Amino acid sequence: MVNTAIPLSYFVLASAALFSIGLGVVVVKRNAIVVLMGVELMLNAANLNLVAFSRYDPDLKGQMFSLFVIVVAAAEAVVALAIVLLVHRRFQTVNLDEVNEMKQ
Amino acid sequence: MIAIAFLFFLLLTLSSALVVLLSRNVLYSAYSLLLTFVGIAALYVLAGADFLAVTQLMVYVGGVLVLLVFGVMLTQRGDSRRSVAEPATGRVPSGPNVVRTGHGRTAVGILVAGGMFALLFTAMQKADFTRNEAIFYDPLTRISTVSDVGIHLMTDYALPFEVAGVLLLAALIGAAYLSQEKNGLPPNLK
Repeated sequence: MVNTAIPLSYFVLASAALFSIGLGVVVVKRNAIVVLMGVELMLNAANLNLVAFSRYDPDLKGQMFSLFVIVVAAAEAVVALAIVLLVHRRFQTVNLDEVNEMKQ
Repeated sequence: MIAIAFLFFLLLTLSSALVVLLSRNVLYSAYSLLLTFVGIAALYVLAGADFLAVTQLMVYVGGVLVLLVFGVMLTQRGDSRRSVAEPATGRVPSGPNVVRTGHGRTAVGILVAGGMFALLFTAMQKADFTRNEAIFYDPLTRISTVSDVGIHLMTDYALPFEVAGVLLLAALIGAAYLSQEKNGLPPNLK
């Protein structure tokens, strides 16, 4: 493994920027699938923080935690896409502003 | 050298994430999300997490992103008529298969995202990482994290490992059940 001398604050700053971009995607976009992309970006930003801090941890707790975050994020993406598919089948659209009722 | 590589991958990650935010074409967003995930995997390598970088590539680039692109393709069947005269953007898409997304509440988005970044930035400036960095263990004693991650998964984290397996099984069954043909149709078409 390379002996990286990159300061921790760079990783934290990158993760903060990535999280903010993901939050912006979730707020601004109207397509449900693009909103899911924003959620994935935010999860990745959190993972980046965990990994960056676990560089100073001999037990690798942060890396283990982000491994489980990846597993849960994959499960979340699968179920969320199934729900988006259902919404599209019922309402014929995935625009989140047009889907404002549980029943058609 | 490592600093240049870090800067390159950092710029790659952030600029492609900005493309996800700014592009109105859903497929452009999906493909620049691919670049973002690859950049994050490279940042994992630079943070000393090689196993996690490979996992990131396999799960996100190979799995989640393909799933998202499939989702884009499967949900545009009924929207193709609608996208010809898109009222939200006011312009006709250039190609026959352009999948576009509307933007709404841009001011709220800028406010929330900018506020979150400002909050995190000030919190980061107030935080003191020197104690954390002072106990920096010698990275050269560790050739790779793969064996450590494997040993941890089978000893300390055996229960979360099994629970994650059950969770994935439940997600698989749930997604297969939800996307059955008979679900989601209006009652008169069932």
